[in-house]
This record gives sequence, C-alpha cells and structure tokens, in this order.
Amino acid sequence: MTEKNESSAAETLLRVEHLTMRFGGLLAIDDLSFDVGEGAITALIGPNGAGKTTVFNCITGFYKPSSGRLALRHGDGTVWNELAMLTDSGARSVTTGNGALFLLERMPDYLVAQRARVARTFQNIRLFPGMTVLENLLVAQHNRLMLASGYTLLGVLGFPSYAHAERSAIDKARDWLDRIGLAARADDPAGDLPYGAQRRLEIARAMCTDPVLLCLDEPAAGLNPRESAELNALLLAIRDEFRIAVLLIEHDMTVVMEISDHIVVLDYGVKIADGVPDAVRNDDKVIAAYLGVAEDQVGEAEAEVGL
Amino acid sequence: MTALANSAGENPRPHQALAHGRVDAMAALRDAGITAAIAFGLFLPLIGFQTTVNGENALILITRWPLLLAVVAAVGIGRLGYSVLLEPRLRQRAMRPIATTPSALRTFVGQWFVPFGIAFVAAYPALVLATVGFSRSVKWIDNFGIQILIYVMLGWGLNIVVGLAGLLDLGYVAFYAVGAYSYALLAKTLDLSFWVLLPISGILASFWGILLGFPVLRLRGDYLAIVTLAFGEIIRLVIINFTALTNGYAGIGGIPRPSFFGIPFNADDNGFAAVFGLPFSPVYRVIFLYYVILALALLTAFVTVRLRRLPVGRAWEALREDEIACRSLGINTTNTKLTAFAMGAMFAGFAGSFFATRQGFISPESFTFLESATILSIVVLGGMGSQVGVAIAAIVMIGGTEIMRDLDFLKKIFGQTFDPTQYRMLIFGFAMVLIMVWRPRGLISTRAPSVVLKERKSISADLVKEGHG
Ligand SMILES: Nc1ncnc2c1ncn2[C@@H]1O[C@H](COP(=O)(O)OP(=O)(O)OP(=O)(O)O)[C@@H](O)[C@H]1O
Ligand SMILES: [Mg+2]
Repeated sequence: MTEKNESSAAETLLRVEHLTMRFGGLLAIDDLSFDVGEGAITALIGPNGAGKTTVFNCITGFYKPSSGRLALRHGDGTVWNELAMLTDSGARSVTTGNGALFLLERMPDYLVAQRARVARTFQNIRLFPGMTVLENLLVAQHNRLMLASGYTLLGVLGFPSYAHAERSAIDKARDWLDRIGLAARADDPAGDLPYGAQRRLEIARAMCTDPVLLCLDEPAAGLNPRESAELNALLLAIRDEFRIAVLLIEHDMTVVMEISDHIVVLDYGVKIADGVPDAVRNDDKVIAAYLGVAEDQVGEAEAEVGL
Repeated sequence: MTALANSAGENPRPHQALAHGRVDAMAALRDAGITAAIAFGLFLPLIGFQTTVNGENALILITRWPLLLAVVAAVGIGRLGYSVLLEPRLRQRAMRPIATTPSALRTFVGQWFVPFGIAFVAAYPALVLATVGFSRSVKWIDNFGIQILIYVMLGWGLNIVVGLAGLLDLGYVAFYAVGAYSYALLAKTLDLSFWVLLPISGILASFWGILLGFPVLRLRGDYLAIVTLAFGEIIRLVIINFTALTNGYAGIGGIPRPSFFGIPFNADDNGFAAVFGLPFSPVYRVIFLYYVILALALLTAFVTVRLRRLPVGRAWEALREDEIACRSLGINTTNTKLTAFAMGAMFAGFAGSFFATRQGFISPESFTFLESATILSIVVLGGMGSQVGVAIAAIVMIGGTEIMRDLDFLKKIFGQTFDPTQYRMLIFGFAMVLIMVWRPRGLISTRAPSVVLKERKSISADLVKEGHG
C-alpha cells in the first residue's frame, strides 16, 4: 500500500489535497483531492456550477482557497520528500538540487505563472484584442524578454543582447503560429480572428510562457466538429511532443473521452468519481449527476433517453 | 395575425432605411422641433428676460425676444443639420470594416509626416525671425512655440500613463509641480545649474509618482481617477500651506534663468550677446529655451517609441487590454503600472523644471486641476496612445487658445462692445465637442503594432481597449 502510494507520487505533478472554497455561505468546493500526473491529460468534468472554474482559479492563484494544499513539483519525484517540511516552514517554495516544490495556495497569481510555471486559459476568452496575434505571443514571453532587456535599461539604450532575445522570441511565436495555423494572420489584431482561432491562439499564448502544467477552461466550447478534432490533435501534441501535463475542463464528452488519460468528476463541489475514462463513463454516480436523477433511478432514466 | 403581418410587410423597417445612409425627413424635422422646444424652455428665462438698472437706479425687466428667437432657431437648425448631414455619415462610418491596410496616399503621408514635422519645428524660430522680424518674434516663439512644446511634452508623458497603460490619471499636474518646485528650491539654495537639476527634478517627480502610485494603483477605473484627482489637489494644497518651504500663494521668484553653457543671457559685457558680438536682444534667450524644450520633448517621444517596442511597453498595452490575462501570463501588474506611473511622472518633472527656469517665477496658481484637465484632453483629443495625434491636439488646443486671445476681427462683426477673450473658452469647448462627435476616439485613433512579422497593418480603434485603470 505505502509502496504503491510512493511510486504514484513520483509521477504526480500537482497534488490537490482537501481543497475547500467558500463564497460566503456557498460551499463551492468541498474537500476536493486529486492528482495531476506528469505528461498526462487530466480532465475535470461536471455539470454547470459544479465548481470546476473555481478549482482552476485556486490552482492559478486568482482565488485564495479557504483551506487545503496545492503542491506542484518541478524536477524529479524526490522533491516530494520536502513537502511536510515546506508546509511547516510557511514558505512558498523550496528548491533542492533535484528540482523545486511550490505551494500554490500561498502564491499570488502572477507568481504561480512566473515561478511555478502554471499557464491557463479562460472560459470566456481573454486575449489582448487590440494587439496583433504576434504581439499576444510576445507578451506571453514577457519575463524572459524583460530580463534580456536588462529590465528595460539595456533595451532603451539599444544593446544587441535584447535584439537577439527578441528575435528568438519571435521565432518561437512563429513556430506556434504555424502549429495552430495562424501564420498568415500574425499581423492582424487578435480581436479580429474567428472564435475558433481565438481559442487556439489563447492556448498558444499560454504555451509561450513555457509552462509545466497547462490548465484549459473549456477549450472546445463553441467549436465546430472539425475545429474540435484539430483541438484534440493540438492537445495530444502538447502532451506527447512537449511532455507537458494538461488539466482540462470540458463539457464536450467526445473530446474528454478521446484524449484524457484520467478524469475527475465534480458535482456541487464534491468529487464523485476519479479514474480512467472507461471507468468514469460507466460510473452510476456520474451518469446520475449528468442526467439529473437520483442514483437508484439511473436504469430507468437511461432507458428513457435510449442509452 | 394577418393584419400584423401586413403592416410589417408594408412599412420598410426604419433601421433598414437608416442603415443605407438615407434620411428620414419627418423624423429629422420632429427631432429638430423637439430640440428647439427644449431650447426655448431653457433659454426663455436665461435669454428672454434681462434685468437692468434704469436711470433712476431701479431694477427693471426688459425682454429680448429677437435674440431668444435667433438662439432657438440656431439650435433647431443645428439639430436639423446634424440629422441630415452628419448622422448618416457617422452611421456609415460605424459599418466600415475593422482592420484596414492603409491606402497609398495615407502611407505616404504617414511616412513623411513625422520627419517633415520635426524639420519644420526645428526651423520654426528661423522662419519666425524671417517673417515677422526681430522685435515681434519673441511673442511667436515664446507664446506659441515654447508654450505648445511644453504641452506636447506633458501630453506625451501622460500618454504613457493614460494612452498606453490605460490608467486614468487626473492629477498629472502634481508631478509637473513637483518638478517645478524641485528645480526652483534646489537652484536657489544649492546654486546648481539647470542641466544638473533637470535629471534630479525628474527623479524626484518619479519618486513621488511611485510613492503615490503604491497605494493608489490597487484601485481601478473611476476610483483610480478620483484618487489621483485628490492627490493632485493634495500636492497643490501642501504647496500652498507649507509656506516655510514654498512661500505659499506668493510663490517663488528670482529662480535662476538658464545660461548658454555658463554664458548668461543678459546685457552685461560677459553676456551672450556681447560674447558673440551681437546686439543685445531678449530673443536669444527665447530661442535657446525653445531648443531646450524641443530637445526635451523629442527625448520624451524617442524614449516612448523605444519603450513601446520593449517588453515593458508591450506589457503596458497588454495591461490596458486585459489585466487578468496579464497576470495569468506571469506579469507583475503592480510593478508594471508603477513603471508607467513613474515614467510619466519623470517627464512631467522634466517639463516642470523647464517651466520654472523659463518663467523665473512659480506659484500654486500654475498647477491647478484645470491644467491636469487640459493635458488629459490633449491626450484624449489626440487619440490615446498616438504620439502624432497628441502633438497635433496640443498644437490645436494650446495654439488655438493663444490665437483666440487676439480675435479683434470679431469686433467688426459683433460690434465694439464684444470682447472676444470672454468667449475664448466657449468657442474652445464647442470645438472640442465637434471634434469628439467627428472622431470619438481622438484625431488618430488607429493603433500601430509594436512588432511586425510580414506586413504592417493599423489596428482600428474599435478593437483597442481604453483600459479600466
Ligand atoms: N467569485 C465568486 N463569488 C461568489 N460565488 C462564486 C464565485 N465564483 C464562483 N462562484 C460560485 O461557485 C459555484 C461554482 O462556480 P464555477 O464557475 O466554478 O462553476 P463551473 O463548474 O466552472 O461551471 P460552468 O460549467 O458553468 O463553467 C457557482 O455556484 C458560482 O456561482
Ligand atoms: Mg466554468
């Protein structure tokens, strides 16, 4: 038992433990625990208002959880040994020879992105609409470019080191534009793109921050079937080529079942299922939550809708 | 049911008719009538009746029906003109496509406008000397040239804060005041030269910018605007009341005037004119000051253009577009806002110290809210974020108000008792309303991208956000 726990812990990238989030009297998330595996696609699903976006906001530092621990590791699995010590120390993070460990609930939003390298997209797209597609991707590389421009000083004076860094940033942006099929529109304002392209651009922008974990909030919402298939391919490429873990909120079950390695199901802020797609698909509680009936009536309801 | 369908089929939908740029004559007349009626109700007590004192020193009421009728008719006709001439055009403009590749003429003008403009401004003193002669040139170089350039510089500085970073700052004049008082006090007590004190004043102003920015920049939108307004007033009140340091309302006089690298501009034997073997004239000092402020303004423009292409400038604009997205990308928004605030304050500090040395005398009167409002309207009128637009707006606004100081020809039209200077602000406000109707997002409303992969396209204002603080 202990052994199994430790070997799975080594592959865990993000560990959510006893996460609770209260908004006044509303318990949006109730004692939620789950793991996000390294290099895997983890889907977070559940009916509307289940608390999925709230989980994202807690992980990315936009909300401060009422209680619970959110631990993220860089480097190899041995850094998990520091977890207890880090928690007691009151510090935000600890760095060892083998990597680093971050307690995300203690970090402000921009540091979660900058230091812990967790990138995210938003349920209602948040691009910089009046800036070009290329500029959007350069803003995402802000911190690296800021360093290269000597915190602006060298840049204003026109030092060549910055020009070099900017060229490589543009190259990186161009790679991503080729990948998402927007190279021809690099100089158009982002707000002018069709909806599906904006979704892809937001993902590319998040990827330009060099994340270890990419959190996508309903990336397939509003996409047509072809775009949806392209999105699947993009997410699989992110997992397989870049070896980046993806945490995905999605209502489109074809996307979820096709590409996820692991699914967590939320209902009214409570985890009701956690496992591989096949197991979750046949879970009575999950079916009940989605069909909106009591668990013992699942059979009847299924017969009614023709499942 | 049938009746409904019929009536819907018969009448073309009003919106459709309007969308094609046609004018609904009845609606236009009705609107004009309503507007005239409102004007009549409003102006009846204001213009229709007037109280005066008669020969026996008693108060009598006289009526002014012709004038009232004329004003009401003017309002009604104005409203009619708006619906017939202006409105269809505005509506057509709203339907124009969003991203545009500029036409050949516009590209040509766009390319040559800035170099030509700089060349003209650099040659301006010589042009003035050549056209109006030595004695009258002081007025043109000082009142127009220097005055406008100060506001161009202030506009460009505030443009960083409001236009790029999207932080509505209504107290910008505070930093102008800090720069001016820093220069005045340090120059009088330490006896340092202008060139040493210029950077010091800028640094002090940006230091105050950071100090005020820290608590203030947590606020957003209207709240930020109100608190910056309050800070502007606080600094002015401190200057008024801290008499031991600032001499209060009386102001500080005898501020050292600038010298030409150690050679003073006076009539002495070691003065500028004598050293260079020229007849003495105040014009030399004015010309020198003109080039100093020109250099400072160009420095502001140069630094801003550079910053826009650097990560910090892009982060400012991204902040204006969407602050939450910025934070999700790891940008420290507090620091980014502070740099914008500090940078804007620094240029205001430079301008302030120049103002102090040019005037030789400063007092709190020069740093009222009206000043902040003027600078802000230059930025808004010019088109937030556009440097060329801000420069044009400064020329129009400051140059316009200066020109309106001597509108003596209007006396020929309205009679000798007419005092044109009294109507200066009215005309000015009216012109501003017209410009905002014509170009609601400022004179130059398109945004130029800071980096280009293949083809430079300008971005329509419809997409660019204005920022929420
Ligand atoms: N900032 C907030 N203040 C108060 N209540 C909130 C806040 N954010 C979320 N909630 C509440 O928390 C609950 C969960 O909301 P959340 O947005 O996380 O749901 P979701 O699972 O993302 O739903 P959807 O599928 O519709 O996006 C809802 O009842 C919502 O009203
Ligand atoms: Mg949601």
